[in-house]
Amino acid sequence: MKFPGIVIVTIVAGIALLAPEIAVAARINELSDSTFLDRTVRFFTFRDPSLRNALMGSMLLGICCGLMGAFLVVRKLSLLGDALSHAVLPGVALGFLWNMSKDPVAIFVGATLVGLLGAATVQLLRATTRHKEDAALGFVLASFFGVGICMFTMIQNLPGGNKSGLDKFMFGQAAALGRSDVILLAIVTALALCAVMVFYKEYAITSFDAGFARSLGMPVQIFHYSLMLLLAFAIVSSLQAVGVVLVSAMLVIPAAAAFLLTDRLGKMLILSAVFGMVSGGTGAFFSFVGRNLPTGPFMVLAAAAVFAVSLFFGPRHGIFSRWWRLRSRSARISRENTLKAIYHVLEDEEFETDQVSGRELAERRRETLEEAENELNTLRRHHYVTLSSDGGSASLTPEGWQRACEIVRNHRLWELYLTNAAHIAADHVHEDAEKIEHILGEETVRMLEKRLNYARRDPHGRLIPGLEDIQFAAGRHTVPSRATGFGSATN
Amino acid sequence: MNDQTNSTPPPLEVHDLTVAYHKRPVLYGIDLTVPKGSLVGIIGPNGAGKSTFIKAIMGLLPISAGWVKVFGKPFRDACHRVGYVPQRESVDWDFPVSVMDVVLMGRYGRLRLAQRPTKQDREVARECLEKVKMLPFANRQIGNLSGGQQQRVFLARALAQESDMYLMDEPFVGVDAATEAAIITLLRELKSRGKTLLVVHHDLSNAREYFDMLILLNMRLVAFGPTSEVFTPEVLQTTYGGRLTILSDVVQTLRTQ
Repeated sequence: MKFPGIVIVTIVAGIALLAPEIAVAARINELSDSTFLDRTVRFFTFRDPSLRNALMGSMLLGICCGLMGAFLVVRKLSLLGDALSHAVLPGVALGFLWNMSKDPVAIFVGATLVGLLGAATVQLLRATTRHKEDAALGFVLASFFGVGICMFTMIQNLPGGNKSGLDKFMFGQAAALGRSDVILLAIVTALALCAVMVFYKEYAITSFDAGFARSLGMPVQIFHYSLMLLLAFAIVSSLQAVGVVLVSAMLVIPAAAAFLLTDRLGKMLILSAVFGMVSGGTGAFFSFVGRNLPTGPFMVLAAAAVFAVSLFFGPRHGIFSRWWRLRSRSARISRENTLKAIYHVLEDEEFETDQVSGRELAERRRETLEEAENELNTLRRHHYVTLSSDGGSASLTPEGWQRACEIVRNHRLWELYLTNAAHIAADHVHEDAEKIEHILGEETVRMLEKRLNYARRDPHGRLIPGLEDIQFAAGRHTVPSRATGFGSATN
Repeated sequence: MNDQTNSTPPPLEVHDLTVAYHKRPVLYGIDLTVPKGSLVGIIGPNGAGKSTFIKAIMGLLPISAGWVKVFGKPFRDACHRVGYVPQRESVDWDFPVSVMDVVLMGRYGRLRLAQRPTKQDREVARECLEKVKMLPFANRQIGNLSGGQQQRVFLARALAQESDMYLMDEPFVGVDAATEAAIITLLRELKSRGKTLLVVHHDLSNAREYFDMLILLNMRLVAFGPTSEVFTPEVLQTTYGGRLTILSDVVQTLRTQ
């Protein structure tokens, strides 16, 4: 349950960071075509080259962060992404100081080197002190970031140089992406895609079971460090567009959302990359129509929205889907219990009639007439019963008969099994059978029948409907009206 | 049975093996030679270095002194002849892989770098799953299995390695009785096919029945030999009778220095 925490923090941080920027943007108001619609049209017609760069770059960074992030999440290294992305800030400053300009290559090299230094510091702290990874990561994240902030402040006070756009490294600005930035991102994304596709088998096994991989003679360390290097590349090349503060979210959130939706690594990688790409593109769009608002927070909000959707509506692990499954199951159980009660009523009358009135059902189930009539109506909607013209009594359809027989059979078989095979007293088995009757599959029933030598009577002496009775019931529309009971219909 | 007299090298030869964790020795001067086709149990108290021993054989832990030879070669050159069943808790069972994916990993040692598993590898993996009666679960995610089923998956993966020697770390821990019986049947079948098996085991009550040779460990090798000879009250007393006080003290001094 640590992912929702991350999302909440991200959303709160996003809102907090946005507030001052919105004010600034409103004051500058540099562009003439200012309506939301105009800007949306401009975005989707890709007229501006700078916009094309921004969108391409954002989507590329989404893909490569998504890919790398998926490995971080399954290796439980999500915090490493966070630490690494903050630790590269001094490297960005150093890259700028190299020739006092925003040269993408210099910044890329500087940031990568400092990032690797940060990773090495984490390793060193773990190896030489009693600290575990979390404390080491916390230390590196904060101290490197602090150094970076100091260097940035220093650079702002330096005379000369083209410092415009340097502040965008904090929260990201896709519109500030130049052609060379996009080329760099394309190279890094291509590299990551190739590495993951070519060495998928190796990355999968070293992530899942490193010890076993080493016993096969695989160079586990090489794959680990190559993944970390690709991760550093992904972070560093994404900085310009998404910003130092939030790049880790683009690593973790798309991957975490993908993890909720699938339980195959291959599918997770694809989903994560797609989610990253969509979030990147959405972030760029909102940043553009909002007059160059910082891109990072919008990307992260988009990713968080994807996460929220998979958290609630994921087909297998989604909260809503689980609730829905639970609800449909309890509705089914309630229907089956009504069917069972109808069977009991008919059985007490020795199958003389095929009609059950609402009153009889209500007495049987110890409930009000209204409740009983509601239940009969529910059964009618599922085509288990037909109601008489006045609605006062019901008779079972063939499907209803079949299901009722199955439930009663399951119940009595299970009771018999518990008393005969598990030697549980006959008066203790009813409660258990009440639950089991709804979940016994046909295969288990066959095994039970065989185990019990096709016994016809339960521990309380009542007849157990057999397979023939059920098939028989399914094929006819009237109830056998013999006093010998339904269970003996084919005897 | 014992073919040490032949020119073929023994499956496992360990000489003066010493292993240290964080400069703290956990295994001292182990010397032993395991003959081909034996089913060997490794027993000893908690912290005696049982897992450490098999990990050190495979070079998963750094060796401080001594050497290990597998089929007459260093492990690195013979790793394709060794199958490994790690402890069940050593992996994350929520990892997004299917049962089939995990068993296929047993074939990875035979594949080249970047080579995908072939149709034949899948066939072998399916046969191995069938052997441990887990084929119906092939497409399940591994977290949706019981402890015994998870252990069977690990065994199937080791079987898929088609090795000559198997190292197994506590395969009987946390499994149901049916799985335990299935595992021991499988181990005996492998042995009858001339495979050599080393199995870390914690349960003294059935050690005598399961294994034909025993390695009794407690930081050092207490005894190694046929079960009938070494499974005696005296040897067990030495193995389990408290820690080696002086040895532990010296280790403690070494650590604090």
